[in-house]
Amino acid sequence: MNDTQAEAARVSEADTLDTFPKLLGDLARRTPDHPAIREKDYGIWQTWSWGQVAEEVRALACGLAAIGLKRGDKIAIIGDNRPRLYWTMTAAQVLGAVPVPLYQDAVIDEMVYVVDHAEVRFAMAEDQEQVDKMLELRRRGSQIEQIVYDDDRGLRHYDQDFLHSFEEVQAAGREYDAANPGFYEAAIARGKSEDTAILLYTSGTTGQPKGVVLSFGNLVQTAKNSIGFDGLTKDEDVLAYLPMAWVGDHLFSYGQSYVAGFCVSCPESHDTVLHDLRELGPTYFFAPPAIFESILTTVMIRMEDASWIKRKMFSYFMAVAKRCGIRILDGLPVSFGDRVLYFLGKVLVYGPLRNTLGFSRIRLAYTAGEAIGPDIFDFYRSIGVNLKQLYGSTEASVSITAQPDGEVLPDTVGRPSPGVEIKITDDGEVMFRSPGVFQEYYKDPEATAQTKTEDGWVHTGDAGFFSENGHLKIIDRAQDVGKLNDGTLFAPKYVENKLKFFPEIREAVAFGHDRDYCAAFINIDLEAVGNWAERNNIAYASYQELAAQPEVLQVIKRHIEAVNRDLAGDPQLAGSQIKRFLVLHKELDPDDGELTRTRKVRRSFVSEKYAKLIEALYSGTERMHVETEMTFKDGRKGIVAADIDILAAETVETAAPLKKAS
Amino acid sequence: MTQKARQIGDTLLKVEGVSLTFGGVKALTDVSFEIREHEVLAIIGPNGAGKSSMLNVINGFYHPQEGAITYKGETRKQMRPYAAAKSGIARTFQNIALFKGMSTLDNIMTGRLLKMHCNFLLQALYLGPAREEELRHRASVEHIIDFLEIQSIRRTPVGRLPYGLQKRVELGRALAAEPDLLLLDEPMAGMNVEEKEDMCRFILDVNDEFGTTIALIEHDMSVVMDISDRVVVLDYGRKIADGSPDEVRANPEVIEAYLGIRHN
Repeated sequence: MNDTQAEAARVSEADTLDTFPKLLGDLARRTPDHPAIREKDYGIWQTWSWGQVAEEVRALACGLAAIGLKRGDKIAIIGDNRPRLYWTMTAAQVLGAVPVPLYQDAVIDEMVYVVDHAEVRFAMAEDQEQVDKMLELRRRGSQIEQIVYDDDRGLRHYDQDFLHSFEEVQAAGREYDAANPGFYEAAIARGKSEDTAILLYTSGTTGQPKGVVLSFGNLVQTAKNSIGFDGLTKDEDVLAYLPMAWVGDHLFSYGQSYVAGFCVSCPESHDTVLHDLRELGPTYFFAPPAIFESILTTVMIRMEDASWIKRKMFSYFMAVAKRCGIRILDGLPVSFGDRVLYFLGKVLVYGPLRNTLGFSRIRLAYTAGEAIGPDIFDFYRSIGVNLKQLYGSTEASVSITAQPDGEVLPDTVGRPSPGVEIKITDDGEVMFRSPGVFQEYYKDPEATAQTKTEDGWVHTGDAGFFSENGHLKIIDRAQDVGKLNDGTLFAPKYVENKLKFFPEIREAVAFGHDRDYCAAFINIDLEAVGNWAERNNIAYASYQELAAQPEVLQVIKRHIEAVNRDLAGDPQLAGSQIKRFLVLHKELDPDDGELTRTRKVRRSFVSEKYAKLIEALYSGTERMHVETEMTFKDGRKGIVAADIDILAAETVETAAPLKKAS
Repeated sequence: MTQKARQIGDTLLKVEGVSLTFGGVKALTDVSFEIREHEVLAIIGPNGAGKSSMLNVINGFYHPQEGAITYKGETRKQMRPYAAAKSGIARTFQNIALFKGMSTLDNIMTGRLLKMHCNFLLQALYLGPAREEELRHRASVEHIIDFLEIQSIRRTPVGRLPYGLQKRVELGRALAAEPDLLLLDEPMAGMNVEEKEDMCRFILDVNDEFGTTIALIEHDMSVVMDISDRVVVLDYGRKIADGSPDEVRANPEVIEAYLGIRHN
């Protein structure tokens, strides 16, 4: 009886806190002085407690109501991670309006579609740069009616009456609040679990972006499940630096923070992230593999420049860590001698290194989005950073699978997250069903029906399988898996990832579907190769020049041959060895449409744009002249011309003749 | 250009009949012009026209043989650098003159030197008023760092920075003195297009936000024409034109000096 009563009370309490505004109210009552959000400004971390955040949001929500934001309206939010932009999300949700965060580095052409499609009438812009984009959208006929800005730098001469400063809106809000007592509370009370919480546009490797509608129920439940899974508390510290328009940031820096009550910190600017990371020392950290990779690259470069004794010490103790660090982290038996050595290493190397990287206090780190190199993964785990992988999507409110503590394998993405069911279709595609499953694609019932079945199963579009230990393994995008002309399996992403695990290779695009052999485009990593060039006295002035150096091409060739040897070991993939390759004369860039904003290669676009070069890869040409259009950072376009060498790489004959894939 | 927050006002500095010679070399011959409050004035001219000499005369580094300079109503035959700095003239250099081994933050902090009033002992001990003063100066330096968007290099020794950023740090140091008149010696020399655009924006912002009067030297005509309110053109040490960018652009003598046609 007692148990059922307690259970009923718990359920009803959980039920009443079913939206983010309600959760905020609850936090402000329970832990008003606990830090909620920080921002580094003028070199100092400024902190707002939950009580202060609740007041800021209250003034802002009333102010937005005063300038006309109503239930069902959409408000675009654009800028770097800033407390005021996060508050705008909550303030809009209070009023029943829907926040639509946009990628802050998107150019106007990309925004036009989203802003029109979502029928955005209001915008919250971080600074002049973003305000200018909103004004340009208005000139192009979008329906944006009111624009609020956070930072007034450079905006003094903008006298449009639809343009408001954040302070102005809050001041109007305080008046509105005083004139309409009870308005704010009533607005919060109207919010329900099934209401739309946010509209997130997927970056779209193919076609136009799609607006994913997520409800409060989706996000709050997913946040609760993931907090329970990893035992997160209100004492976590998190750095919010990934785009606000990305579902991961929304769950980790917003959803989980409101549910668990932990503090989120916003870096000073996007250039200072690594520095701020070090100052803050988060306990819980999320980053795509590229970030972990670039941190490791920086460490390696600095170690190469270190004194002889430091280099020796580093390599000795890293070998120790490689031998036993991961076992110690996983709580497996390790010999006494190794434990002593590891302890010494911790004092001399791992500790200071983790401190330099900002990982001194870290309890939990996640990576997702792309495959992470096993070497990179093991490096972090061996120095005691509990780095894990998860697999998710916007349509799932992030979580599909995650690696539980103690069961972390570099080549799988873990077990189904709490509350998630997974099945593999006959074609090998992964499908899932969970409390986080999205409501619909906004104004696109056709796409919704294609992706989500009537009983709630969602197609991921990824090919994968469960390994014997019950962990999910993802091979590639189902649509990208192809076959060579001789019928062998060709998984481009698998090959590319192997290439990208070398620090010198930043990006790779492999071709092979319906071809005789596999070939690849390579982008070198300017920082890593640049440093190498400096040490080897190779002069260069630009990416293009460096990429064409014969010595650099030889380095890349050696790496490709190493990958070929590796691939040869796997009879299924031995056919995917790279026979010919070239190093591109420009970096693939989202501004040119070659990558998505989340830095994934848009394969079909690249194949079209560089069709001439692909032909050269398969025609035996050894040198090719190309001219490519490229977009500069200020939006102007120019042409880069280059002569590109096409090289052959040695492949390894497999012992057994190639088996045809059945 | 959008309308300025502060209208261009009275004469802030007046140069009258200045001539400067180094032995037999005439660097400047009878040059007169004025700089008005809140304006952006560009001094342009081909290489060796006497632009840097002019700037050095204004800030008291060179002492002209003839002529006088009136600054804030006070006429002097020659300015001393210390007095110039004290009375609100700050400058940057064509060849960057920063402390290479010091961080960006410390370099900009040196720009506050003339505003520090506590004695050496108090500062060394970081006591009472010195501590308060240091915090105040640090806050204003942080505003400059924010203004110039160089947060990410706050702790980086400037010797390790690329050229374009060093120029920006130097501008920061000049700004730290809260000058009334800012002299920029070729702020855009040796920069790529993107860096030039950034620098232009900062110059305009400084002029706009702080109302600082700016006199800059540049030989990149296109840049100058876009950001200046007025242009003075020097050639072989003489002033050959003085007026709005459009007037100067149309001036036949200027065209001649730049394109080098019909030189006898």
